[in-house]
Amino acid sequence: MKARIIVTLKNGVLDPQGKAIEHALGQLGFGGIGDVRQGKYFEVTLSEQDPAKARAQLEDACKKLFANTVIENYAIELDV
Amino acid sequence: MKSAVIVYPGINRERDLARALELVTGTAPYMVWHDDAEIPDVDLIAVPGGFSYGDYLRCGAIAGQARITADLKKKAAKGVRVFGVCNGFQILTEIGLLPGALLRNAHLKFVCKEVKLEVANSRTAFTNAYTQGQIIRCPVAHHDGNYFADEGTIRKLEDEHRVVFRYAEGTNPNGSINDIAGIINEKGNVLGMMPHPENLVEPLHGGLDGRGIFESLLETVA
Repeated sequence: MKARIIVTLKNGVLDPQGKAIEHALGQLGFGGIGDVRQGKYFEVTLSEQDPAKARAQLEDACKKLFANTVIENYAIELDV
Repeated sequence: MKSAVIVYPGINRERDLARALELVTGTAPYMVWHDDAEIPDVDLIAVPGGFSYGDYLRCGAIAGQARITADLKKKAAKGVRVFGVCNGFQILTEIGLLPGALLRNAHLKFVCKEVKLEVANSRTAFTNAYTQGQIIRCPVAHHDGNYFADEGTIRKLEDEHRVVFRYAEGTNPNGSINDIAGIINEKGNVLGMMPHPENLVEPLHGGLDGRGIFESLLETVA
């Protein structure tokens, strides 16, 4: 089973890289594209076939490794 | 004083820390491999700086999953002193021994220079050789030293005098909230800081300002 994990910075957490990208967009004439927040995207394959169990496994993995929940949120997309 | 330095792949300041510990305490530390199960019985466990696992995923995230972490947490809970420098500080936040996180420097550049630190709390086991408010020199070398925690955590740290070192005289090199350079845990036995006091401990370094930490630890153990 394939899944995707998206990790984003929580609201209020400074994102200097996002700001730099936003600034670069402005330089390129994309002034209308704002509020850039940089995140991370992971593709994984699970041997687990049961969607509920697969999701539970990924939840656990997100909390323990993929995301630092002090500063980041995560979202899991499961192919079922 | 007996001490141990944990060595992870990609760490590069372990010898600096070992050298400083031996110089001040008179005893060379045990060098403990990250994949060992146990840390010997010591008075201090030091987690050095560097780039464990190439900072993949997040600084300190992979090192935090090392086999040795379980024993590090167990010994910290028992009250053994733990001192994390730079990447070591990042590892300690990743494994939850210290609150908050270290973000990318606000200006996005790696900083390698000397800063001024204010000893914001000299009543800890790590800082009693300094005087309250003393300004010391200290080198920094990091890309992700921008201390962040939510508002409630910051307030708690400040109220409980757990900000131990603060960047002083406008030398905050990374955008850290409240100029925070180093913090201590609630019990007062785990300290993490981004600057490198181990690199200012002998005349050839150009100063001795960093010795105070190791002298404080020696004083409170002996």
